[in-house]
Amino acid sequence: MLVLQAFTGLSIFTVLMLMALGLAIVFGLMGVINMAHGELMAMGAYTTYGTSLLFQAFFPDLMGIYFLVGIVLAFCTTFVFGYLLERSLIRFLYERPLDTMLATWGVGLLLQQLYRQFINPRPVSVPTASWLQGVWQVTDSISFPMSRIFIIALAFVTAILVYLLLYKTRWGLLIRAVTQNRGMSGAVGIDQNRVDSYTFALGCGLAGIAGSSFTMLASTAPDTGQAYIVDTFIVVVFGGVESILGTILSAFIIGEIQAWLGYYLSGSMARAGVLLLVIVVLYFRPNGLFSTRVRR
Amino acid sequence: MTAARQARVRPSLRHTLVDILERFGVLILAVLLLLVIPFTFDMFRLGLAAKYLCFAFPAVGIVLIWGYAGILSLGQGMFFGLGSYMMAMFLKLEAAANPDSSSGTALAAFFGAAGLPDFMVWNSVEKLPIWWEPFHHVWIMIPAVVILPAFLAFVLGYVNFRNRVSGVYFTIVTLSIAAIMAIVIIGQQGYTGGINGITDFKTFLGLNLDTDQAKIVMYYITVLLLLLAVLAGRFIIRSRMGRVLVAIRDQEDRARFSGYDSAMFKAFIFSVGAMFASVGGALFTIQVGLASPSLVGIVPSIEMVIYAAVGGRVSLIGAVYGAFLVNAAKTFFSENFVEYWTYFIGALYVFVVMFLPAGLAGILKKLRGSDSRRAGSKTESN
Repeated sequence: MLVLQAFTGLSIFTVLMLMALGLAIVFGLMGVINMAHGELMAMGAYTTYGTSLLFQAFFPDLMGIYFLVGIVLAFCTTFVFGYLLERSLIRFLYERPLDTMLATWGVGLLLQQLYRQFINPRPVSVPTASWLQGVWQVTDSISFPMSRIFIIALAFVTAILVYLLLYKTRWGLLIRAVTQNRGMSGAVGIDQNRVDSYTFALGCGLAGIAGSSFTMLASTAPDTGQAYIVDTFIVVVFGGVESILGTILSAFIIGEIQAWLGYYLSGSMARAGVLLLVIVVLYFRPNGLFSTRVRR
Repeated sequence: MTAARQARVRPSLRHTLVDILERFGVLILAVLLLLVIPFTFDMFRLGLAAKYLCFAFPAVGIVLIWGYAGILSLGQGMFFGLGSYMMAMFLKLEAAANPDSSSGTALAAFFGAAGLPDFMVWNSVEKLPIWWEPFHHVWIMIPAVVILPAFLAFVLGYVNFRNRVSGVYFTIVTLSIAAIMAIVIIGQQGYTGGINGITDFKTFLGLNLDTDQAKIVMYYITVLLLLLAVLAGRFIIRSRMGRVLVAIRDQEDRARFSGYDSAMFKAFIFSVGAMFASVGGALFTIQVGLASPSLVGIVPSIEMVIYAAVGGRVSLIGAVYGAFLVNAAKTFFSENFVEYWTYFIGALYVFVVMFLPAGLAGILKKLRGSDSRRAGSKTESN
């Protein structure tokens, strides 16, 4: 039973982690909080849903791989949307981070209503591909669904890719340079506007992948994203904004605590308990649990 | 000599002019709220107006907190909710004590639990929780509405500000606490009424709240308290403290190095804002007859910020107009085409932030061409 609970925690953790990674990169780089992040996750989930419908209609033989295509499409859709959002709105507001929160909240509401009106006001769910339907029987009493194992693997692969991107590529170098010292990186000729746009888009793309993996866990409704946004913030702040590893660990801790508390309390009280815990921790570690920086 | 005097006099003359216009602003507002609305609106619309004005209380508080101290709270709904629920607890206990006024009470008497609110009976809660007990008394409830949220906000604010948790971080803390409060209220149905909230009460100290007379009296009480809040806010802004707050907003480190305890100032103004929100919540509950978790969580809390933003984030009077207009628009949409309300409010957030950062008050200021260097009118900084 305890193992199962820990496993449930892992599933929550994957979605939280993918969401939080995107948010943390954007926040760490630009100090911008994207309140529409949850709706971007929903956008990724709906893209996956749309892909499944397309495959059902046109390539029923290939249903096995629709989910993989869905993940890629979800990333692309949210990446492009994020790019456009940054160009049309966010870039005008870098001087006013609190205003950005309000504007992106507005964008989130608009997206929600668009989903409600043009996709489906009721929750939608995707079919599970046949090779994900199985169960991994560890012992007689403990079994893990394949789909969950898959999204956990997906989350880890994504996290590793993000890490490689940030620390092993030229683009990652530019991002880190701008994050650490905006003025100086401008002085040495880095085009900050471009770095900002692409990084914001990347953060949104990660939300899209989170949305894809979310479809494996639950059905998607127009306000699904809103339910996750506070938890995601909490993960980012709890982990310390500028550390990728911190974000991953804090997503893990929060996901697990939530699952364990959920076993003893009701689900909603577990959520409240976790949020409260984090606020208390923040009091003692204002820059997050895994931040090494001295306080400003 | 004359030239020097002119140079000195001209700006002060212009300031006096703006001052007069601003003083006029309160007067115009008072005339509108005290005379024009009561004599032109029918009873139904007057009730709606009273409801909108309840939302102006948190908006006025947000102007103080956000516009003047630079603290964005996305959790004013929790203070609004605290006031609202404390009032509702009092009214509910009164309703439960008078068997005629509430249908649930007859049931309660039948089950041998007289004096217990009906939803507790339905949730098989047999004894009144201890934290409900004080709300039997009106003279505990009213001070609690005024003081308790202010106290909690002060503690929350001081602890965080002293720890240099500020800016976006503090915003997220407020957001999370509002979310927690809504979750707990919904989760603890037996003690809080759950998702349905607390409703079904008809009397306040034995007076029937459903009569036209009671509604008009309550409307006037709301307006007077609101004007009082605006004047109190203006008093704070114009005092030395207001200037320190603006200094903290614009350059917190410098203010701190000059010897001001910035955490104390910020916590104080945060608690004033919380108090306003709580009073608004209490007035809302007594007039609308409902305390609901849907007024506590994230969505309503952020909506309260847009009231202040529409009116102009540094304009106390603007906040009243903002709250009134946005809520009137909400009613308009929900009466005509409900599905477009979310589009409207969503677009409003984007529009106001992008094109109208100083809100309606900003338009007015531009039209008057008044001096933009005055302390209150600097809107770019957060």
